Amino acid sequence: MTKTSSRIIKVDTLSRVEGEGALDLHIKGGQIKDLKFRIFEPPRFFEALLRGRDFSEAPDITSRICGICPIAYLLGASQAMEDALGVTVTGPLRDLRRLIYCGEWIESHVLHAAMLHAPDFLGLDDALQIAKANPELVKKALKLKKLGNDILEVVGGRAVHPVNLKVGGFYKVPSKARVRELIEPLKWAIETSRELALAFGGFEFPDFEYDYTCVSLKHADEYAIQDGRIVSNRGLDIAVQEFPDHFLEEHVAHSNALHGMTKDGAAYLVGPLARYNNNFDQLSKFAKATAKEAGLGKTCANPFQSIVVRMIETLYACEEALRIAQSYEEPDASCVKLTVRAGTGHGCTEAPRGICYHRYRIDADGLIEQATITPPTAQNQKQIELDLRGVVERNMKLGDEKLKWRCEQTIRNYDPCISCATHFLRLNIKRD
Amino acid sequence: MAMKKPKLAVWKFSSCDGCQLSLLDCEDELLAVADSVEIAYFLEATRAQVKGPYDISLVEGSITTADEEKRIHKVRKQSKMLITIGACATAGGIQALKNFADVDDFIRAVYAHPEYIETLKKSTAIADHVPVDLELRGCPINKHQLLEVLGATLAGRKPNVPDHSQCIECKLAGTVCVMVAKGQACLGPVTQAGCGNVCPACDRGCYGCFGPKEMPNTHALAEKLAELGLDTKQRRDLFRTFNAAAAPFAKESLNHD
Repeated sequence: MTKTSSRIIKVDTLSRVEGEGALDLHIKGGQIKDLKFRIFEPPRFFEALLRGRDFSEAPDITSRICGICPIAYLLGASQAMEDALGVTVTGPLRDLRRLIYCGEWIESHVLHAAMLHAPDFLGLDDALQIAKANPELVKKALKLKKLGNDILEVVGGRAVHPVNLKVGGFYKVPSKARVRELIEPLKWAIETSRELALAFGGFEFPDFEYDYTCVSLKHADEYAIQDGRIVSNRGLDIAVQEFPDHFLEEHVAHSNALHGMTKDGAAYLVGPLARYNNNFDQLSKFAKATAKEAGLGKTCANPFQSIVVRMIETLYACEEALRIAQSYEEPDASCVKLTVRAGTGHGCTEAPRGICYHRYRIDADGLIEQATITPPTAQNQKQIELDLRGVVERNMKLGDEKLKWRCEQTIRNYDPCISCATHFLRLNIKRD
Repeated sequence: MAMKKPKLAVWKFSSCDGCQLSLLDCEDELLAVADSVEIAYFLEATRAQVKGPYDISLVEGSITTADEEKRIHKVRKQSKMLITIGACATAGGIQALKNFADVDDFIRAVYAHPEYIETLKKSTAIADHVPVDLELRGCPINKHQLLEVLGATLAGRKPNVPDHSQCIECKLAGTVCVMVAKGQACLGPVTQAGCGNVCPACDRGCYGCFGPKEMPNTHALAEKLAELGLDTKQRRDLFRTFNAAAAPFAKESLNHD
């Protein structure tokens, strides 16, 4: 491989992500000539098909954007509608929402970290190959993931596309007995999350750091999951309603997903790393101690370590779920009363992959006039391209096959949900 | 000499990945499934890609682009048995709502540069394009039904997947009828069983995510919905969600348009 040779590397279909994407890389004389991360998941036009539908249908319809993180849509849409109607869901119903979101974090984080991302660090194709080498580890991970799904079933009625959530709260509150049944498994899960965090902390991480603009929710009293203000490590601190004043989306030719950016055109990062960097102090003592043991500092700038951060967040989610389950009493009402009126509402929650923003305008009959949904992977696209550029520059010496894999791994750091981003990798590397 | 394991492939078209996820959600059975088949192509789970032909292909998603239209024929050619999974693959999914609207208008509503977007005017089921050996319904599918279908196919027997109505499921589970007891709108009488009657068990009417049962009397149900106080638009929209383009639901929704 001489410096003057041309290389074109193409990853035509990216594996172990949700959806369809591709990467085109053209290298000339040891310099990146062109790098495009393309999302070619076909567009499904959610914002358009919501128009004219009843406000109450937004949670169920938008949840079909993504089968991996439906709660981000069920809750984001519900809270946006509640904002439009001038009601807030508080107390035990809010706790139940946090509980089911913890279930989604556990299910999604463990699926990604153990099944989709870990094989990259072990040089394996998939988790089934890990299962051959270390069956106990994979069985534990599967059991932990299943517990996340159990929470979704207990509170939401179903693991994929839960049916029990609505604008204003729930159709039916789960019985005390069923919620309390989660307690013992959750105690096991806290220990198991720790075990996996330490195991993944022992991986060899590629040497790469980036000075990210980290954007996440922040809540006064807790590690933000389902609500809060939108903050960044560059001093941004705004209400959810101000999101459109500070962020925009651009439609670029090479992708079916709109690219998110700050108002001044800069890339930013959302997701586990952004949350960890902005809200580390609000993690539990045990989660902080485990993070330290697993090799993390109070902040983390190496995207490859996101796999460890995901397990710390999983541990925290198990602790939170345990806390809520232990104190759970069945609320008197399953939802708050709603009075339909015209208005505009905004909602934003921390999906496993980062902030997921919704805005709806409804008329006096409660019909949707306008819908805007900004999912996390669309916001991360620009940053993913920047990471790839940095990783390729540092790894020019790698042969095409190894470079391709390293690029795939870089993208998988983001646990990209490509179905979300379009509402994903074909890697094409060209070297001249 | 060990028997050669059947090759399993999982394909994705326009969808949310929820049905593929249902396979990864078979946590207790996943390793057993992986032992009994060779997972030859399953991008969401593995980098490894084994060339076809495939003994069993699971297809998720609907056809919404010209490229997908071409790709499904390639998948069909390489597959001995093709099983469609989920409402997108079996009926066009929620994105089939565009079938009832002007698609150019849809593109302009979402994208600043319509010229970058390639999409067909309609979202269609896989069976509209190629012969399908078995359809597994649901938005999402029920993982137990998926395991039943895989198990039966591997054993060479017919899978036990009932095509009766959701109502039968409620009766079998002892769930109180939300329409009779509470006057709630429910698509249960015209919807195929299989979800595990999740909605009525949450005091909520069925919203039809498993699509129409065999020979559904949608007209009689629409009359009942009117009696319960649903106006024309509400009746239309109830039939027009995740299985909007399934013929009996599409036809009934047009009666209220």
